[in-house]
Amino acid sequence: MTAIVTQGLSKHYPEVRALDGVSIELEEHRIHGLLGRNGAGKTTLMQLLTGQVFATAGSMQVLGASPVENADVLSQTCFIQESQRYPDTFRPIDVLRIAAGAYPNWEQALADQLVDDFRLPVKRTIKKLSRGQLSAIGIVIGLASRAPLTFFDEPYLGLDAVARRMFYDYLLADFSQHPRTIVLSTHHIDEVANLLEHVVILDQGRVLLDADTDELQHAAIGVSGRAADVDAFLAGREVLERTALGSLASATVTAHDGDERAARDAGLDVSPVSLQALFVHLTTASAAGAASPTAPATDVATN
Amino acid sequence: MLDDSKPLFVAVAEQIEDGILDGTYAEEDPVPSTNELAAFLRINPATAGKGFNLLVDAGVLIKRRGIGMFVAPGAREALRQRRRSAFQDQFIAPLLREAAQLGITAEDLADMITKEVAR
Repeated sequence: MTAIVTQGLSKHYPEVRALDGVSIELEEHRIHGLLGRNGAGKTTLMQLLTGQVFATAGSMQVLGASPVENADVLSQTCFIQESQRYPDTFRPIDVLRIAAGAYPNWEQALADQLVDDFRLPVKRTIKKLSRGQLSAIGIVIGLASRAPLTFFDEPYLGLDAVARRMFYDYLLADFSQHPRTIVLSTHHIDEVANLLEHVVILDQGRVLLDADTDELQHAAIGVSGRAADVDAFLAGREVLERTALGSLASATVTAHDGDERAARDAGLDVSPVSLQALFVHLTTASAAGAASPTAPATDVATN
Repeated sequence: MLDDSKPLFVAVAEQIEDGILDGTYAEEDPVPSTNELAAFLRINPATAGKGFNLLVDAGVLIKRRGIGMFVAPGAREALRQRRRSAFQDQFIAPLLREAAQLGITAEDLADMITKEVAR
């Protein structure tokens, strides 16, 4: 079953098309990455999918139905928002108590364990918590709710590397034992790349890429060598980036079957392109293309 | 820990293969579960599962429903054979390329190998 289907989903504000014709399908029981630069439309998409804002155009199905004012769907959905606000007089323990009542699959033992491991002071008032401690509340709720569909929108602002790693370990362990659909939006792409089974990249409100991470490992390759050899290889290929240093050049290209061997045969060094590097190249190339549609996204050799 | 020049699930499969080759997993012994390996390597369980499936399809592992996965009898020898046939492409060819670049002849190379073995 697909957990989420959208068709031409759009949200236009007077000044900006926050989301513009997004059509995606997210299969259930997978960890999906929702990536994009700031302002790409990630949060808007999640707000639409959780019925918090209304679409300008298009349609969507979440867990088989429209989420808009649909208590059945929303009770199965947990949305951990970036910078979630809580009443100042609340303490984490109050927030967790409410969450325990709100989510049918709530697992209190897991919540208790997470509170301990993230060292969350549950009886301190919310306004005295640090940024990282506020994020920890969201993580506890997002994991302990065990909602069939869970959105994490940049869930770890202010958390250090140790705490982020703890989040990944808990997420994987709990996901393995209790498979469910996770949508994870983050800028820490390198850290989560291996956790994701599928990725959607948004850019300026549109889908720039929608693919399984397995396929992406072949989607692009890096080549380097003598500039003349590199350029000969680049001819007729889609170039995402090219840099030159004297008579040497390196480039990232969209790859097809046999390209890797062809590059090696041409005497070039071939390297893999990480998800984060691919993301940077795609969003940069897209920005360059938008600025001047006819100009290639490559620079000119400077030798 | 994993070879990042290959698709992740292939790297996962190769890591299990390495374990079989060096005797970490003896024939007919169980290998870790998909979830255990995923947690250990910090990767998506589906990716780990794909790696295991590669090995099941290749006859290296045997799936016993409800129990887990086990190293197939004869898997070690079969893996050795396969790795041997890939050895020339993966190790000898690049070695010769680099040697040619440095002006090292095939005879020099043979000498170097003999010396290294004797060390």
